[in-house]
Amino acid sequence: MELTRRDAVAALVAGGAVVAGAATLGDSPEPGDAPTDPAADLDEELLRTLTAAAEMLYPSEVDGHRAFVERYVLGRIEAREQYRAGVAEAAAELDAVARDWEDAAFASLSRDARDELLRSLGVDTADPDPNGPISERIRRFVVNELLFAFYASPTGGRLVGIENPVGHPGGTESYQRATMPPEDGDGD
Amino acid sequence: MATESTTDRSPSPEADVVVVGSGPAGALVAHRLADADHDVVVLEAGPRFDLADRREQMESALRPGGGAVWDVGGERDAYTSTGERHYPLNAARVKGVGGSTLHWQGMVMRLHERDFEMDSRYGVGADWPIGYDDLRPHYADAERALGVAGAVDNPYAPPREEPYPMSAFPPSHSDSIFADACEALGIDMHSVPNARNSEPYDGASPCVGYGTCKPVCPSGAKYTAERHVEKAVAAGARVVDRAPVQRLEHNEAGERVTAAVYATPDGTEHRQRARQFVVAAGGVETPRLLLLSSSSTYPDGLANSSGLVGRYFMDHLFAGMGGRYDAPTRQNHVGFNTSESHQFYDDDEPVEGLKLEFLNYAGPSPVVEATRAETWGDDLLSRLRDSYGTHIALGALVEQLPRADNYVGLDESRTDDHGNPVPEVHWSVDERTKRALDRANEIQRDILAELGVDPEWTVGPENTGPAFHHMGTTRMGTDPADSVVDADCRTHDLGNLWIAGSSVFPTGGAMNPTLTIAALSLRLAETLAADL
Repeated sequence: MELTRRDAVAALVAGGAVVAGAATLGDSPEPGDAPTDPAADLDEELLRTLTAAAEMLYPSEVDGHRAFVERYVLGRIEAREQYRAGVAEAAAELDAVARDWEDAAFASLSRDARDELLRSLGVDTADPDPNGPISERIRRFVVNELLFAFYASPTGGRLVGIENPVGHPGGTESYQRATMPPEDGDGD
Repeated sequence: MATESTTDRSPSPEADVVVVGSGPAGALVAHRLADADHDVVVLEAGPRFDLADRREQMESALRPGGGAVWDVGGERDAYTSTGERHYPLNAARVKGVGGSTLHWQGMVMRLHERDFEMDSRYGVGADWPIGYDDLRPHYADAERALGVAGAVDNPYAPPREEPYPMSAFPPSHSDSIFADACEALGIDMHSVPNARNSEPYDGASPCVGYGTCKPVCPSGAKYTAERHVEKAVAAGARVVDRAPVQRLEHNEAGERVTAAVYATPDGTEHRQRARQFVVAAGGVETPRLLLLSSSSTYPDGLANSSGLVGRYFMDHLFAGMGGRYDAPTRQNHVGFNTSESHQFYDDDEPVEGLKLEFLNYAGPSPVVEATRAETWGDDLLSRLRDSYGTHIALGALVEQLPRADNYVGLDESRTDDHGNPVPEVHWSVDERTKRALDRANEIQRDILAELGVDPEWTVGPENTGPAFHHMGTTRMGTDPADSVVDADCRTHDLGNLWIAGSSVFPTGGAMNPTLTIAALSLRLAETLAADL
């Protein structure tokens, strides 16, 4: 069986691959990644919505959101069908609210408008309940999914000052160091 | 793994030994006896947890609303806390193959020589019927079995015969900050023996630094008793999960246990007969099972002619203190500690053992804080940068001496999912233990002051909590009138009933108990095998 790119990415994540780039989340999408079937269309919608949310949830100094979301958010939950369905449904609901309130896809809104929409829904203070109302499901499956993936990665951790954050298998060298080494010098 | 519909939970036609519980005590006994070609059946109340789920469990532990990582709670695990202090029992245990090692921290120290002689030396607590020398070879055996990474650099440790199986984890940067202050104060620091692989060992990975040892290690580097359950099965043992033992039955003369009656998920009860029975269900469920096994011969419960089953419940108390240092402390890279001080452990005043810990996980972890924040984007990053980076903290475990009025009993007013009275945990912290906690805080305050750190938080006598080490409830002794098991961990009352685990500790010292549990269990297995 030939491994797809996504398979490879998920395997890398499971094995503890380190994200390259202190303030760059990942590579730009490749030209051949464009979807060509209905299922891929749904994936593309999900990817767009999550990427748009990531652009707002992540610090402004980072870029490369789309590739990060594809690799480290969707790739991370690839094998968890039920959970992935929860993410897809919550993202679709968020997009539907945007279309209803703003007459535009969530991904088409400005960063400030996305922020305002989420806060208007009460997502900022909502409990992350997978069976709760829409604000709680969005908190769990969109906001916390993206924040977890980011701040449990060396990319997010480095911005805070820790190259091997909790949840990331970054080895047993970093805890011994007095300072965070340059990005290419993790060595573990 | 077999599916529920195909799992055979019926009794084995013949068994030499039934082991109740598959935590470290039960797993080690089962493995040693199976390895010696005895027919062993292990009855485990909880389920098997799939190793493939560990990363998801880690995520559940880190994220808000993730639920109980090990499914503890509900009607199955109902209990009552009636003492002056609430005892959070369901945070303190796991029911499943591997027992509480599934969620433990993995610190494995030997008790000190004085721990076995507290009455003789100081007139407090009780003497063990065995001494350190009796347990010493079994400690070494246990260190090899669990896979301990350590260094022989602790001037206060009891004598040992050989190096640790693996080299110790090197000290942390945070330890180096403490080192200067401790040197100035004349406090010796040394390594921590960890049941965690610093290199590949026993087919398991070295630590890869997930930082979530407690409550779940996704890499398998931290020892869990699943390893010895697996070895036991490979040696021919049968392990029946989701099979809580309801009671033990005995013969007419009341001299021997004849069967363990257990329930299965389909609602039926079965009787597993055997020649020998080992109860290894932890410091709460072990006495509960004996009390639930009352009969006309033993109306107060099995092996309870002393009336002490459930009495002398002990735990270790936590003392801690922390604040902010004026430079990065590099916390929360790993979930275990690399330095301690046992310098104050053998002091006469207070006589209670006191073990000082230098924490590698002080302050919040960014990912934990981020998923609970009410903001995001640049504002969140700013907050995380402010809260992470300079926290520094010390912990300590303090000994609680045995008191008969701390106990585990049965709450007859409330029943579990099988209609059995739930455990009643009656626990308090007495004044002398509080004074020992004060002493721990005093040392911690001195060290932080030397570092120029103002304490921002303190855990001391008034807000202390238990370390989740359940001890003392079927104490070991030579006199059947004041103990439940003898020096071999065999009950005084029934010749084929043995108890493995920390419930047999007459005193608990201030060392994390699992290495002693393991050493006693290996010793028990050796003695029991000679009886088969």
